[in-house]
Amino acid sequence: MKKYISFFRLRTVMGLQYRVAAVSGIATQFFWGFMEIFALHAFYETNRAAYPMTMEATCAYVWLQQAFLAFFDVWVMDGEITETIVNGNVAYELCRPLHIYDMWFARGMANRISRACLRCIPILLVASLLPKPYGISLPADGTHFVLFVLTLLLGLTVVVASCTLVCVISFFTISADGIRILFASMSELLMGAVIPLPFFPEKIQRVLEMLPFAAMQNVALRVYSGNLTGNEMWRAVCFQAFWAVVLIAGGKMLCNAAEKKVMIQGG
Amino acid sequence: MKTIINRKKSDETEIEKTEKDKVQDTKRMEEKGTKVRSRKAQDTKEAEETGTKVSAARLYRHYISVIIRSKMQYKKSFFMYSLGTFLVSFNVFAGIFFMFRRFNNVKGFTYSEVLLCYSIVLMAFSLAEMFARGFDTFPRMVRTGSFDRLLLRPRSIVLQVLGSQFELTRIGRLLQAVLLLACGIWKSDVRWTFEKAMTVVFMIVGGTALFSGFFIIYASLSFFTLEGLEFMNIFTNGLKEYGKYPMGIYGKGLLRIMTFLIPFALVQYYPLLYLLDRRSGAGYIFLPLAAGLFLIPCYFLWRYGVRHYKSSGS
Repeated sequence: MKKYISFFRLRTVMGLQYRVAAVSGIATQFFWGFMEIFALHAFYETNRAAYPMTMEATCAYVWLQQAFLAFFDVWVMDGEITETIVNGNVAYELCRPLHIYDMWFARGMANRISRACLRCIPILLVASLLPKPYGISLPADGTHFVLFVLTLLLGLTVVVASCTLVCVISFFTISADGIRILFASMSELLMGAVIPLPFFPEKIQRVLEMLPFAAMQNVALRVYSGNLTGNEMWRAVCFQAFWAVVLIAGGKMLCNAAEKKVMIQGG
Repeated sequence: MKTIINRKKSDETEIEKTEKDKVQDTKRMEEKGTKVRSRKAQDTKEAEETGTKVSAARLYRHYISVIIRSKMQYKKSFFMYSLGTFLVSFNVFAGIFFMFRRFNNVKGFTYSEVLLCYSIVLMAFSLAEMFARGFDTFPRMVRTGSFDRLLLRPRSIVLQVLGSQFELTRIGRLLQAVLLLACGIWKSDVRWTFEKAMTVVFMIVGGTALFSGFFIIYASLSFFTLEGLEFMNIFTNGLKEYGKYPMGIYGKGLLRIMTFLIPFALVQYYPLLYLLDRRSGAGYIFLPLAAGLFLIPCYFLWRYGVRHYKSSGS
């Protein structure tokens, strides 16, 4: 375990090096957040009855999405990993006395956490200063906050587990581009990054909530603002835990199978 | 890693270009370089024989054909990235589709009207990205110092930068834009006249010019920072993304900014109102072309940048 933690620390420190890029990125994310809120607000003003969330909940959703973008951005995957598979350097990784799946997993976690750490604080700070419906306020009570953190971490686990799974699959396909593009564009839509899941038609929404994609950002971002409560919330948390376990177990099994008959590319 | 952070929100799959891709890119570039050189040699020879200079248009055509041929060496990768650009904008479309299943209009704009608007913006953006891609990837050229080579050649620098890249993979997005435009035209009840058809064409042309202008600004700034600035993404990817809805819905303040500061509403919002018969007057037809004037200050900024260029020396 200690090995993975030190590996994790190393990666986090590495990620924290790019501070200037982060500042420029934060400005961009504010723009995105504002535009998203303006657009949704226009729909809200047009037809309040059809609007499935409160405006406060929507804004909290948007700002949290921007703040924790690094957690849930499926387009950004560790290119280095798939690259080592293509050029054969993965052989070195396999020689290390670490389990390769665990190493990749720790690496993915660290990459995302270090990037989110830099970005989330300024975004949340400024967003909390914005006037009432457009900003973000503290969650209703302590339990909600604890649940938010829990579901956020569970969501992160699901994202990293899926991304690692994609990496493992590229052991079999060599070129990871195709599967990566398919996975990323599918999950972007289905996890609620394009529009929050409550905006989907009800029937579709009910199906989507059972998929692993909904276990990514959807739960945490809606728990925070109280849009997801009661039984529905507990059900969503159970699904998150279920998918986290299934994806990790599946990834590990596949990884073991791949390791047994891995062919190293070139040298 | 750095590039990943830098261009994080830009929706290209290629953000995660791995080292391998880069190597391939340089290979491609070299390959292209030799080809261009040999082509150029041939051209100069011809030119010497006939005693004329090769026309700019002809040179540009050569550049493009060389790039396309070299890209076609990696057909699978080309197909994948094209699919990627298609799927990303498909998600945006899906978002619009589901929003309008729930709300039948937004501030008076119906689904088909929004489709019309989005497809035009998407088309302009795809075209700009295809043709002005050289400016989009220009910071790399400054960083690696390969810009020096362009300065040594006796041809216009803008032409050479334009010819340095041609992103055919955007064809995926362009295809989608065409389909959506067809869908928008078919479903909306716009009464089409010759003037309106011209307006659509002008919107696409003006939009392409405007987006190209942003790419030029992005490239010019890299003379001073050596690095691409991520916030410029707001004007390129940001406007493409949020240009899906007519600018008017975002409120008066933003509309004013988009009219006077960044002339985006001139290619998107006002001509759209004309198409939908909400405004009349011949002025609206030519408004998008006026936005093309935006290229002039961009060009001067570029010139200023080139004059202040100091080679990074690598």
